Amino acid sequence: MDKMIYFDNAATTPVRKEVLDEVIPYFSEHFGNASSVYSIARESKKAIDKAREQVAKALGAEPAEIFFTAGGSESDNWALKGIADSMSSKGKHIITSKIEHHAILHTCEYLESKGFEITYLPVDEYGKVRIEDLKAAIRPDTILISIMFANNEIGTIEPIAEIGKIARENNIYFHTDAVQAVGHVKIDVKEMNIDMLSLSGHKLGAPKGIGALYIRKGVKLKSFIHGGAQERGRRAGTENVPGIVGLGKAIEMATAEMDELSPKLIKMRDKLITELTSRISHTKLNGHPTDRLPGNVNLSFEFIEGESMLLFLDMNGICASSGSACTSGSLDPSHVLLAIGLPHEKAHGSLRITLGHMNTEEEVDYLIEKLPPIVQRLRDMSPLYEEYIKNNK
Amino acid sequence: MEYSAKVMDHFMNPRNVGEIEDASGVGTVGNAKCGDIMKVYLKIENGIIEDAKFKTFGCGAAVATSSMATELVKGKTIKEALEITNKAVMEALDGLPPVKVHCSCLAEEALHAALWDYAEKNNIVIEGLEKPVNDIEELHNLPEE
Repeated sequence: MDKMIYFDNAATTPVRKEVLDEVIPYFSEHFGNASSVYSIARESKKAIDKAREQVAKALGAEPAEIFFTAGGSESDNWALKGIADSMSSKGKHIITSKIEHHAILHTCEYLESKGFEITYLPVDEYGKVRIEDLKAAIRPDTILISIMFANNEIGTIEPIAEIGKIARENNIYFHTDAVQAVGHVKIDVKEMNIDMLSLSGHKLGAPKGIGALYIRKGVKLKSFIHGGAQERGRRAGTENVPGIVGLGKAIEMATAEMDELSPKLIKMRDKLITELTSRISHTKLNGHPTDRLPGNVNLSFEFIEGESMLLFLDMNGICASSGSACTSGSLDPSHVLLAIGLPHEKAHGSLRITLGHMNTEEEVDYLIEKLPPIVQRLRDMSPLYEEYIKNNK
Repeated sequence: MEYSAKVMDHFMNPRNVGEIEDASGVGTVGNAKCGDIMKVYLKIENGIIEDAKFKTFGCGAAVATSSMATELVKGKTIKEALEITNKAVMEALDGLPPVKVHCSCLAEEALHAALWDYAEKNNIVIEGLEKPVNDIEELHNLPEE
């Protein structure tokens, strides 16, 4: 296979052709500032309104509840710091989980330094938050629950509707980082009692640098970026019109295609899981076997280290990722893999494959053929494998 | 982060992978916790390192530095072997990305650990050789160059 095989769709996705076509005119042709009064400005304003409707529809929200941001991290920061700011008179306790994205975890650490108390809920072996743990963590001074919709590394989908129900019953705001879920699994913010939801454009075929925060009507969330009156005074800054248009189109396409694409992705996902775990000994699936994102495969191969695997895959034209420390620049492997109980050495040997609409069965078969010898080659070089073989002779 | 062509060569085609059955000295450093373990085997005859092999669990840089360190040490006297520092290994590989410098420390330590094992087995003292650091945490606390 000569071409590159892209299996890292959870990291980012290419802008879709249809999205790009809609975006292009908003760079030079319809470049007007949406705040101005002349006709080209009205074009921008109209485009923003349309995109807001498209995003709202995908989530089951009202357009007035959608606020465009620069991406998932900004949305997460806004939700957490904003609630902390507006609700601190009621309490200073926030509940989240140990497997959140760093945009949540590092924001929580920042809030801790400002006197907030954070409960980091543990997860079970599949990466799911236990409802009883959540109930036990709720206190009179709890102001916010923030639990991700689906995990970016292991793909596990959290019991969001149940969490939403509990939050609502206890009169606590509920935020979910849905960056990995939007456009991939069905979301209805009203049915699921979600008060705030973060999403990111580039994970679903829109450009980088655009995201949104859904804020349910009535939620007291202070402005995060101060300045002009854009986004009804809640998020200043001249709108990223091309990004906004792209997000609207991409989310509309992803939602429309979901019913057709999901079963295809699940079939490829499960083939990879079944074939790789049976062809390669000492291999474990990380994350929930069924309650997982349609395109997510995360496996741990014992006795080897992830970055080495990625380098060999890259030599074969395959792009994937790993939870190994060596790929993050830190010395610790992924906090998610440690939270589901993996020992360090197995966490270092993890491989994440995330499928998207462009991937084919042929590419999946190619990986199934290429990976076993790579793992074996690295095991033959590994002192841990040598030790294992000697002890099991 | 990008590896030099030499690092990639030593990663893709590592020299001296394997074990030496009747090794004169064997040294293992690092731990699985932080994702790097290096095991070095040395065959020493008449004060000369006749052969060197390694097994490594680790990233591309860990494999490449193991490969290069074993290449550099072959044919050297014990005294010369002690001069193979992490800096020398790194230079021979045309450098490493800053976050990977600790891997080159590991290669130096693995060589020292194998020499220490040789000295203990033969009841000799190798001048200038200190007891190797086996705990990787200490290695990581070394100042980066």
